Amino acid sequence: MTGLLHRVGETGRSAVRIVVDGAEVAALEGDTLLVALLTAGARLRESEFGDGPRAGFCLMGACQDCWVWTEEGGRLRACSTPVASGMRVVTRGAPWPRP
Amino acid sequence: MTAADVAIVGGGLMGAATAFFLRRRGLSVVLLERDLVGSHASGTNFGNVRRQGRFLPQLPLANLSREIWGRLPDLIGDDAEFLPSGHIRVAFREADAARLEAYAREARPHGLELELVSGNALRMRFPFLSPEARMASYSPHDGHANPRLAAPAFARAARREGAIVHENAEVLSITKSAEDFLVETSIGRFRAPLLQVSAGAWGGRLAAAFGEPVPITPHGPQMAVTEPVRYRIEPVMGIASEVVEEGVYLRQVKRGNIVFGGGVRSEASLDTKRARLDPLNTLRQLPQVARLLPAMRALSVIRSWSGVEGYMRDDIPVMGPSAKVAGLFYAFGFCGHGFQLGPGVGATMAELIATGGTGVPIEPFHISRFATAEGNTR
Amino acid sequence: MAAPVVVVGAGPAGIRAAERLVEAGLCPVLVEEGARDGGQIYRRQPPGFTRGPEALYGSEAAKATALHAAAEALRPRLDWRPETLVWAVRDGALLVHSAGRGESLPYAALILATGATDRVMPLPGWTLPGVASLGGAQIALKAQACTIGARPVFLGTGPLLYLVAWQYVKAGAAVQAVLDTSPFASRVAALPWMMARPALVARGAAYTMALRRAGVRIATGVTPIAVEGEDRVAALRWRDAAGRDCRTDCDAVGLGYGLRSETQLADLARCDFAFDAGARQWLPVTDEDGRASVQGVYLAGDGAQVRGADAAELAGRLAACAALRDLGVAVDEAEMVHLRRRLMPMTRFRRGLERAFPWPAHLAAALPDEALVCRCEAITAGELRRAGGEYGAPEVNRAKAFSRTGMGRCQGRMCGPAAAEILAAARGMPIEAAGRLRGAAPVKPLPVLTEAAP
Repeated sequence: MTGLLHRVGETGRSAVRIVVDGAEVAALEGDTLLVALLTAGARLRESEFGDGPRAGFCLMGACQDCWVWTEEGGRLRACSTPVASGMRVVTRGAPWPRP
Repeated sequence: MTAADVAIVGGGLMGAATAFFLRRRGLSVVLLERDLVGSHASGTNFGNVRRQGRFLPQLPLANLSREIWGRLPDLIGDDAEFLPSGHIRVAFREADAARLEAYAREARPHGLELELVSGNALRMRFPFLSPEARMASYSPHDGHANPRLAAPAFARAARREGAIVHENAEVLSITKSAEDFLVETSIGRFRAPLLQVSAGAWGGRLAAAFGEPVPITPHGPQMAVTEPVRYRIEPVMGIASEVVEEGVYLRQVKRGNIVFGGGVRSEASLDTKRARLDPLNTLRQLPQVARLLPAMRALSVIRSWSGVEGYMRDDIPVMGPSAKVAGLFYAFGFCGHGFQLGPGVGATMAELIATGGTGVPIEPFHISRFATAEGNTR
Repeated sequence: MAAPVVVVGAGPAGIRAAERLVEAGLCPVLVEEGARDGGQIYRRQPPGFTRGPEALYGSEAAKATALHAAAEALRPRLDWRPETLVWAVRDGALLVHSAGRGESLPYAALILATGATDRVMPLPGWTLPGVASLGGAQIALKAQACTIGARPVFLGTGPLLYLVAWQYVKAGAAVQAVLDTSPFASRVAALPWMMARPALVARGAAYTMALRRAGVRIATGVTPIAVEGEDRVAALRWRDAAGRDCRTDCDAVGLGYGLRSETQLADLARCDFAFDAGARQWLPVTDEDGRASVQGVYLAGDGAQVRGADAAELAGRLAACAALRDLGVAVDEAEMVHLRRRLMPMTRFRRGLERAFPWPAHLAAALPDEALVCRCEAITAGELRRAGGEYGAPEVNRAKAFSRTGMGRCQGRMCGPAAAEILAAARGMPIEAAGRLRGAAPVKPLPVLTEAAP
């Protein structure tokens, strides 16, 4: 499956590796977490109320629809969080509460 | 001029429930609400359907109310999201644990069975609790409900049963003629031989107008809610502590949000009808709720609110007949703990108004307790 | 030490306001939620990106560059607080959150330059991955060099619809269609107001022509029906002006119907609001210089009224002049007169835009009951209508209490305008009677782990 977002430039940046749902994903330095996740896939999270996957909406920190879970059970707003090497996030099944 | 057997001033949970139960007893009722039904304390409180920790003489009324909460779908056609998922009070200190033990002992004769859990059993039963917790007092049949829904659901049911319910009807004056109370409102005049004042924090003004001033102060609860997460925390829980800032409580609703409140209250205004949440209080609550339920550390708060509640000086409500005016009844000033009592208060006030007596004792709440020189000067 | 003047928002209005305060010898605090100045319109790309201003801002490159330069020159002369969220207002102080810490920031005067976000009318399927706000589609391109899809459709109304579509065409996207709910006739009727800024009218026409030349289908007077797809956007169904059902295959939808002001902080500062019939929005009441109803609070830029970036720069400066004057600092009246005069055609142009590209209120009544209105809480139009009908909610706050519409993480930013329309239509009442959602702290989610500063 192709990603939701498509890069149209600025591809000369250095690579950053993150882990999404247990699989390694390549991103670029300067990406937001949202861009890193959605150039590789087509979802950020599940709606808490069973109406399907979500992938953000406003992309500028207003709609709050792009909060993702880290594997450690932390919360990140994907559209306003710069990607960092070694980030581990899950897009399926919220890890809450931690055991 | 509209006439009824009973006029109720104040359409919070107390007034709406009283209207419903009066109709069930066959009396005609007009319910007058200045704003929207249940929009102040009844609609903005935490939503605790909790008996433990209450003033012991209040337990029979609380027990009656708990029984009604369980029958809401049959009674009023709406469960108000009542979830009897249990309630725990959690002690972190030895002295607080001792207080929980004493309360459990004293509550038993009043019909409330509490289970004290500590040590390994505490970790097993409530693994989400802080490891620092020493003891929990567990009330298995208590729980929580949605305060935004309860009073309006009672008012709709009352209306279906034939009550006249007016919103946006501000009472301008009440006079008593030989037989009737004449209630002048912003939308018209009403007449009834019997009158109930259930005007919450504003009840003191009406009682004073009838020559029965009471020491009541408005305050605002400091409520907030987190984003939704998987439903995992069944019991409502609160910290049992003598330290005001530590006295927080929380509940997870089935949709997943965790509602919390407690600690220091804010000021409230009877004139603006608003209680402003102090965001500094939210900041003060955060370490306390995270201490109680460490898994909350991962979450974010998404909304906060407050509302106008009436607190009596002795922290128990005014409930029962007037000491001065025949045909006048009071049910107000529930000091931030009225939500659980609401259905029971409605049933009991309706019984009192219709029959002159009550099945559960309410004498401790009689307004005459303030009828001393000291009480009158506040 | 006396409390400083605090400016919230480092977009065109906030930067120009701060600049004017610095000129007067003050050292204001400039609080910005994002990492860098520029706002959304002149948003900067992250370090390491190499595109030039022309590529990023097109015809507005010079203005963007000038604003960024102004902000950089100010940096050492004010208290710059990036990545700082103002989450509440309390008795002359802002409560801010930054890097896990909460702090109280007292102010002598407060200038709110909080900007605007897309105004959205929901349609079935609008929560599907692949649907983004129009502004979001532009941000993806500008700040991240990404498109929201390879074959997008742009749906909504307003000048941004055509601008973003053209930017996507230039970026190499195969834009499938530009679908405008406004009839072309309303644009013609609005010309007398729009001609207050003839250059902008000409530029808008140029985008449309360029899109047509590029072979992009443009339709006006459309009725959106639904976004289709399983787990992501596959097509958009809509009805053309002649009433024919159409289905356009696409992999993304950019959705937006003009902008709505971000007014939560003004609300928490207890400013009075009034219903603006032209904008069909509740807006904070201000005088022409930006003074709010609360003493010491000023509003500038799109957060006060949507007049665009050029007006925001002027209004920011004007609000700063007003604040300075109220603080007892001498301000030359001629400067303020000049700013007010320059703002006049922009206000007139705004009224023209409202007429040319009206918010499609009529779509609210037709939205199917099953359609989600509140994204955060997943509340449907039917549930909202039930709150207004069976439960009798006379206005939006009561409807929120009953149905949870607008109760979620975004505080009704996304659904609020549509929810009011749906409620008003369901109850057969004018939109102003539906009221506005009251703001509540925190303005945006506040981590439980926030540590209170001593």
